[in-house]
Amino acid sequence: MPASLELRDIHKEYGGRQIIKGVSLTVAPSEFLVLVGPSGCGKSTLLRMIAGLEEISSGDLLFDGERVNDWDPARRRIGMVFQSYALYPHMTVAENVGFSLKLAKMPRAERQQRVDDALRTLQLEELHDNKPSQLSGGQRQRVAIGRAIVRNPNAFLFDEPLSNLDASLRIQMRMEISRLHQRLRNTVVYVTHDQVEAMTLADRIVVLEGGVIRQIGAPLDLYERPANRFVAGFIGTPTMAFLQVARCEETSGRLAVKLVGQDEHTPLLELDTVASATRGEGPVTLGIRPEHCRLTAPDGAMLAGTVAMVERLGADTFAFLDLPGAEDTVAVRLGEDASRIAVGDRVGLQFDAEKAHLFDAGGIAVRSPAR
Amino acid sequence: MSVLSTGRHQSVSLRFALYALMLLLALVFVFPFLFMLTASFRTNEQIFAHSGSIGAFVPTGELTTANYAYVLGNGNILHFFLNSVIITTLTVGLGLIVNSLAAFSLARLQWRGREAVASLLVVLLVIPFEAISVPLMLLVAHLPGLGFEAGRLVLTRSWLNTLYVQILPFVANAFSIYLFYQFFRSIPKDFDEAAYIDGATPLQVYRHVIVPSSKPVFATVSILQGLAMWNQYLWPVITVPGESARPLMVGMQQFFGHTTEWGNVMAYATIITVPVLAAFVIFQRWFVRSVIGSGVKG
Ligand SMILES: Nc1ncnc2c1ncn2[C@@H]1O[C@H](COP(=O)(O)OP(=O)(O)OP(=O)(O)O)[C@@H](O)[C@H]1O
Ligand SMILES: [Mg+2]
Repeated sequence: MPASLELRDIHKEYGGRQIIKGVSLTVAPSEFLVLVGPSGCGKSTLLRMIAGLEEISSGDLLFDGERVNDWDPARRRIGMVFQSYALYPHMTVAENVGFSLKLAKMPRAERQQRVDDALRTLQLEELHDNKPSQLSGGQRQRVAIGRAIVRNPNAFLFDEPLSNLDASLRIQMRMEISRLHQRLRNTVVYVTHDQVEAMTLADRIVVLEGGVIRQIGAPLDLYERPANRFVAGFIGTPTMAFLQVARCEETSGRLAVKLVGQDEHTPLLELDTVASATRGEGPVTLGIRPEHCRLTAPDGAMLAGTVAMVERLGADTFAFLDLPGAEDTVAVRLGEDASRIAVGDRVGLQFDAEKAHLFDAGGIAVRSPAR
Repeated sequence: MSVLSTGRHQSVSLRFALYALMLLLALVFVFPFLFMLTASFRTNEQIFAHSGSIGAFVPTGELTTANYAYVLGNGNILHFFLNSVIITTLTVGLGLIVNSLAAFSLARLQWRGREAVASLLVVLLVIPFEAISVPLMLLVAHLPGLGFEAGRLVLTRSWLNTLYVQILPFVANAFSIYLFYQFFRSIPKDFDEAAYIDGATPLQVYRHVIVPSSKPVFATVSILQGLAMWNQYLWPVITVPGESARPLMVGMQQFFGHTTEWGNVMAYATIITVPVLAAFVIFQRWFVRSVIGSGVKG
């Protein structure tokens, strides 16, 4: 049965070092929740605490409303897929998949039935008697999933299950996992640091940084309305450009923004927000996605710079500009003009103020584009 | 391309030299064995007649099985042989279980004081047995034990002159634990964790995950501990003065004092050596693999 999970102010420390610093979230039954974040932010640790492989330092973990902190992994009845697959090397595919049932002392006939069902679901019948060493990466991955689904777990936990696969197989397995979830409707917590995986698989995404949740939301929510600069920069490729703001002026219920490096003769950007963006220390920044930028002639443009790099991906072409006031190169998705742009060109940057994100000195979003 | 071919060229002559060297080394080890085997089929006169020539190592000339007949007919060699087999197999069998479980606990489970025990293990490794044999002997000399008297099981006041005094102190072995420990630590933890999630208890993880992945180290420990037990000499000399529990090694030493025929001694030595060689040949595939494996494991 798909269970609901609830984490209440979960903390984890290793030898006095705080790794998870108070995480609270709920996962609805049948929900596909993805944990993303940079390496070392505590994704695996959080997942392992849910699995019962790691002790919870403080806070409560609930399955269907029942506190399970002290339950051992077996009692929690979860299925887990490891990054390394962790298939038992001396057992066949069928034995690997059926191991949990054997430990549960399920009668042989029933066990074989369940194993065969699981193998059929994953199109692994042919490999029934193979050893893991005789399988390809994708097949091992499927066996690992089979081992997790065979006993109908409360929830599935995946820890970067696709990161050992090559790019094309990764896409294929991603779709299979998605299809499997459509069919089985299990509760899933899925860890990845690949944001494309997160965007494509998740019902909701949890963005973690340094053991703290930075935002929870549906994939497009995070993309369109990131709550802070960290999420804005983490979700989306190429990343959102961050332009430093030289000054903000509140005029008649609107905010006029002048960017660092902006041409004196161009008008200030008018944003429909009056939030006090200027509060706090450090620079206020304006964020803009590559698809909302256009290149123009450098003369008379709001911002001017040079093309540092052009990436032609086939369907899309991106130019990366060196601009004054930008923290990194600024990505621009090119349209018809793609073929005319070359590295070293001097260009102007234009964008619609409506599409801009504004982050205050603390990095918190004070304005996002309207839907 | 050119780099490759010079490399191959070099390796041919290099390999030739290596093989010659290895052959020479092998001969150094094989010759004493051949001498023992050959001499065991000769009389004293034949042995001395062939000494000083290659004939000492080649079974030519007059050969006889009289030495074997004498060895088997005089003294209790079969009894001693049985004692040694019992001592060795029981020690190795119990040792595999006890030492691998200890190593499993040290390498895979979390408990307080684990690190301290692991470092203590290393300390134990460097203490030579000779250093503790006398205090240990004094201890077992006064330990209450069990024995047979007139066909009845009775309580005795000492472990001396028993088989188990030659077994029990050697079941737990720091070096064996260390070998298991090293090997177990190289097995990815994910396997254990996957098994725990599958509902296994620690003992089931040991039995279904760790042991099946560790055959080479079980073979290595069997050979090393078995060899040490088979060749045990000092300990039985001081703890087993009587004949009933005497092992082969001590038996040979005693036998040595009662014969002037070198052929007899060599026959005795051959009977001791052959089971060891047989065991090695049977296990060598695993044994060699584990030695190699310990080098290249990533
Ligand atoms: N057993 C442990 N003892 C001490 N520190 C640990 C332990 N396990 C993890 N950590 C620390 O906890 C932090 C989070 O680790 P974790 O494995 O959860 O990160 P992650 O988000 O999964 O990273 P990655 O994307 O690289 O897998 C890291 O800084 C790591 O060094
Ligand atoms: Mg991780």
